Amino acid sequence: MIRASHVYRLGVKELWSLFRDPMMMLLIVWGFTVMIYVAASAMPESLSKVPISIVDEDDSPLSVRISAAFFPPQFVPPVRVTLAEVDAGLDAGLYTFSLNIPPNFQRDVLAGRTPAIQLNVDATRITQAFTGTAYVQQIVMGEVNAFVQRYRANVTMPVDLAMRARFNPNLSQSWFGAVMEIINMVTMLSIILAGAALIREREHGTIEHLLVMPVTPGEIMLGKVWSMGLVVLLATAFSLQFIVQGALAVPIEGSVPLFMAFTALFLFSTTSLGIFLATLARNMPQFGLLMMLVLLPMLMLSGGITPRESMPTLARNIMEIAPSTHFVAAAQGILYRGAGFDVVWPQFLALAVIGLVFFIASLMRFRKSISLMV
Amino acid sequence: MKPGGTGNQPVARLTGVSLRYGKTQALDALDLEIPTGCMVGLIGPDGVGKSSLLSLISGARAVQQGRVDVLGGNMRKAQHRNRVCPAIAYMPQGLGKNLYPSLSVEENLQFFARLFGHDATERRWRIDELTRATGLYPFLSRPVGKLSGGMKQKLGLCCALIHDPDLLILDEPTTGVDPLARNQFWMLIDSIRRQRPGMSVVVSTAYMEEAERFDWLVAMDAGKILATGTPAELHERTGTATLEAAFIALLPEEKRRGHHELVVPPFVDGDQVAIEARDLTMHFGDFTAVDHVNFRIRRGEIFGFIGANGCGKTTTMKMLTGLLPPSEGEGYLFGHKVDARDIATRRRVGYMSQAFSLYSELSVEQNLVLHARLFSVTEAAIPARVAELLSRFGLDGVSGKLPKQLPLGMRQRLSLAVAMVHGPELLILDEPTSGVDPVARDAFWQLLVDLSRKDRVTIFISTHFMNEADRCDRIALMNAGRVLVTDAPVNVVKKRGSQNLEEAFIAYLKDDAPPDGEMLSDTPPPIAVPVQKKTSSRHILFSFARAFSYSQREALELRRDPVRLIMASLGSLILMLIMGYGITMDVNDLTYAVLDRDQTELSRNYALNLSGSRYFVERPPIADYAELDRRMRSGELSLAIEIPPNFARDTGRGRPVEIGAWIDGAMPQRAETVQGYVRGMHQSWLMDVAKTRYGQNLNLGAATIETRYRYNPDVKSLPAMVPATIPMLLLMIPAMLTALSVVREKEMGSIINLYVTPVTRAEFMLGKQLPYLVLAMLNFLVLCLFAVILFDVPVKGSFFTLTLASLFFVIYSTGFGLLASIFTRSQIAALFFAAMGSMLPTIKFAGMIDPVSSLEGIGRIIGEINPTTYYITISRGVFNKALGMADLHSYFLPMLAGGLVVLGLSIILLKKQER
Repeated sequence: MIRASHVYRLGVKELWSLFRDPMMMLLIVWGFTVMIYVAASAMPESLSKVPISIVDEDDSPLSVRISAAFFPPQFVPPVRVTLAEVDAGLDAGLYTFSLNIPPNFQRDVLAGRTPAIQLNVDATRITQAFTGTAYVQQIVMGEVNAFVQRYRANVTMPVDLAMRARFNPNLSQSWFGAVMEIINMVTMLSIILAGAALIREREHGTIEHLLVMPVTPGEIMLGKVWSMGLVVLLATAFSLQFIVQGALAVPIEGSVPLFMAFTALFLFSTTSLGIFLATLARNMPQFGLLMMLVLLPMLMLSGGITPRESMPTLARNIMEIAPSTHFVAAAQGILYRGAGFDVVWPQFLALAVIGLVFFIASLMRFRKSISLMV
Repeated sequence: MKPGGTGNQPVARLTGVSLRYGKTQALDALDLEIPTGCMVGLIGPDGVGKSSLLSLISGARAVQQGRVDVLGGNMRKAQHRNRVCPAIAYMPQGLGKNLYPSLSVEENLQFFARLFGHDATERRWRIDELTRATGLYPFLSRPVGKLSGGMKQKLGLCCALIHDPDLLILDEPTTGVDPLARNQFWMLIDSIRRQRPGMSVVVSTAYMEEAERFDWLVAMDAGKILATGTPAELHERTGTATLEAAFIALLPEEKRRGHHELVVPPFVDGDQVAIEARDLTMHFGDFTAVDHVNFRIRRGEIFGFIGANGCGKTTTMKMLTGLLPPSEGEGYLFGHKVDARDIATRRRVGYMSQAFSLYSELSVEQNLVLHARLFSVTEAAIPARVAELLSRFGLDGVSGKLPKQLPLGMRQRLSLAVAMVHGPELLILDEPTSGVDPVARDAFWQLLVDLSRKDRVTIFISTHFMNEADRCDRIALMNAGRVLVTDAPVNVVKKRGSQNLEEAFIAYLKDDAPPDGEMLSDTPPPIAVPVQKKTSSRHILFSFARAFSYSQREALELRRDPVRLIMASLGSLILMLIMGYGITMDVNDLTYAVLDRDQTELSRNYALNLSGSRYFVERPPIADYAELDRRMRSGELSLAIEIPPNFARDTGRGRPVEIGAWIDGAMPQRAETVQGYVRGMHQSWLMDVAKTRYGQNLNLGAATIETRYRYNPDVKSLPAMVPATIPMLLLMIPAMLTALSVVREKEMGSIINLYVTPVTRAEFMLGKQLPYLVLAMLNFLVLCLFAVILFDVPVKGSFFTLTLASLFFVIYSTGFGLLASIFTRSQIAALFFAAMGSMLPTIKFAGMIDPVSSLEGIGRIIGEINPTTYYITISRGVFNKALGMADLHSYFLPMLAGGLVVLGLSIILLKKQER
């Protein structure tokens, strides 16, 4: 049996606790403003300012033309190095690509001997290596072809490929990054706030006091869920309005109210998850470790940093349990693609089910965990 | 200066000292000289400034106004404080507040002894000496958390005496301690003083009968001094026989009013039983805390539960409230079996636990209102009820304050007020009056008596005060989990033929005591005084012994919590697995569909070209634009290909045609990958068609490009990600654990040891850091093993370089944790600070995914100064690029600099005194 008035009172109490911890308030504000702004504005476009070096052993008009084809913002102006410097530079990570134009390159090209240019890629920088290689190849070949074109005509098929990116025409990373950063912040904060609040009550013995009162564990938990959820929800709304749409000028195509409704549901599941973790941990350091264990995968593997399609099937299946996976999918749908509830209802359902499962699981563990305290 | 025994110079002199906490005036322009070589008592009700005064004298709190001279020097000067600190011992208020509950008695003592620089043999000798004298010797290996309150206080005293102080400051040392233990405690102090006549002792107490035995008294009220002098002088001045009366006489007129002798009207027997215990038993492991306890409490009765600390009173009470399910037997409340889920019964019961357990973040009034509401007191009645309780319990003036700003006694009153807020029929009170001053205690009992006699409220109370036990209708005397006797107090005294209840109590306990009787010896064996004077009083700038003492303590605590250790390393493995396998850049299984508006062989051929790719998964074709829009919006399709009408005809005629590729740009990185794939496939299709249809070998290029993927020839994510995961884990886990270790001390109160022992800030910080440094290095080795064995990512370069770099790096990461602990007071905030400060900057700004040179703005700056950036470069250099010291040495400097900066900052910003 759960009485709304108790849930309300217990939640107000949580809000007071938070209010009396100025450092925590400051951290929340900082996290939802500065951190979001910095993270989003610093996100490089996936090909942006790529460092490249060129060994030009030909010194012909063609090789100069190739060198000149790499320019900002995708590339930093190429550094000219000698063959001997290439390895050291790559070792030190000074550049991701190193292009080696062999001697007599132009002559061989014009003579139709099909000479080879060597492209060294630092493959430990997988993002740039992956998308950048094709790009570099394309630029080089484009320059070579254009150069050759002046000397002889080539027969090509008149089929063109017109590529258009929908929802984010320039593929701007900061559009993407800003919202994903909010989601990360929401996940992190809600788990910490709800879970740690329970641990603190246990460490200070106040939970015992609550349990001898006519208050049920369900009420205690819901009190934490709504209050901490509300704080994060308000911070999210603020951040979306003033940081993302304001300072970062990211256009939001979809419905913000729908997104907020999703956030609220997501918060229900993450705060429940936080409480569940708190019932497993005996003290705050243990909770901290447990939280890291859960939080990191949620940040890294929910599709907010790298596409879910690129993950192994097993990881993808496991991450179906994480509420953030569904929230990220829904957020991308709503905010970027302008999807409505008719489209994202499966995620809504998934979030509700996951939240309920965690809530019920922690309810079952609640009393037991009190006696665990040392 | 060596303090002499004659007291010609005061041990402490306070001139014009004032102290404020926010709006509260704790001490008000106070002048006082405390004579040397005496036992000085500070008496007065709660919240008059006794504790504040003692913390100023001990140097734990910074002087705000006025001048405090202790042992011949000004306490404002850090130099003087450092010099005299080893000569002062301070035992703060609260049971075992400065002790570490998960450590054993021996380990706690060792810790303090090391802080004062004793060597191993001297430590052994002193610890044995002190514990024998206090009767703690048999319990050396018991964790402090499991000691009773009296034993904790004795241990606190041992810890204070371990370094032969010249000035011993005890803040309410016997509050919450049973009479027997209290008696032993004072005898112990007396015997120590006989051995060391030069030692000055300053004690604050709320027990007036104890104060009778002191040499010199300071009576305080409202931050001011009422009177000073010997007990005899005070009696003479006020013309009273007892100190309690003397004190009341000294009080200003308006405070004295309303105090009168308490009379308990006789109890009229009723038949209804409020509480019944039937063979209640509780086992904790092989320890039996409560052993077949039976009693019945009638409605309206005041039933006292008397017994030494740790005899099972609290456990019995908890079982009766339903907090602990009993191992055997049953408890009944109002005829119903105790059931944790029975909400209706809970509303009829008020419970007050022994430790203060109200919300320290809520004000006094908020606490009352919250509890009233939770007990469903009607909203309209709450303001009146709260106001009534505030005035009844003398909390009027502090209703807006936070509980932690209140003295212990007032907090206890608040707890009681909260327990009574809903007007319960039964009150279960676990030592409600410990730490409450006499006047307030009488007022409190008046309330209880009124409740019992007028409102027929049943009161089940446990207490240490024999005069309180006398007031009960019946008492149960408990020892070692069993009830020895249950009867009316007069009958108990009669049965034993004793003078009073205290004697009867002690007699019962002695009969019941185990034969070795270690705890109950009347006269503690004398403590031999060391002949040689303690270590030189010169203050050493940095003592490794002291720092190491903290390290050892921390390591012990870590060892006691194996779950933390296991999670730290197992967690690393799981996280490494997740990151290693989870973050890959090769995008597969992209969904696409075709809108074929041509429907010719050629157009189908184009579509077929895509479906053959391993990157793409084909979905049913699209019929029209509306469908294309809908399916892309839902996120079902990452790519939609539109083949225009007349595609085949137009290409045949050589007219330019355009194939449309719509890419879902919601996730830019994925979109770029898709773009690359599509472009490649389009080109290959063109070549293919040219060859097969027109028999033309369409050589698009006049040159070729040979691409060599260095270090990671297959461009697999794993070899690139694993070396980057190690820095991430080595930053987050050690930073968080270190931060929590310091903030825990702040939250639990043991930080006071930093304030009052000779340990310096640097020793404290570095000492705390060391165990986590070791833990982090072990973690590093485990991670390397995982990398090599599980992930098959070999260490190609110099392992030594990597290890050294890791050491530098964990200095930084643990240092970062220390810095995080400076800015936060609660563990929650520390957790959040550490997580936010380490996780996000590492993922985003340290070159883990995007190289720092590609970052922009603030991100670039963060990346440049972030030691993690350099460690990731080294880690990748060693793992992937087969590099060694010669190539990587230049990255060590920024890491070391980062480490030194965070460490230096955290040491400088740490406060050595409470403010």
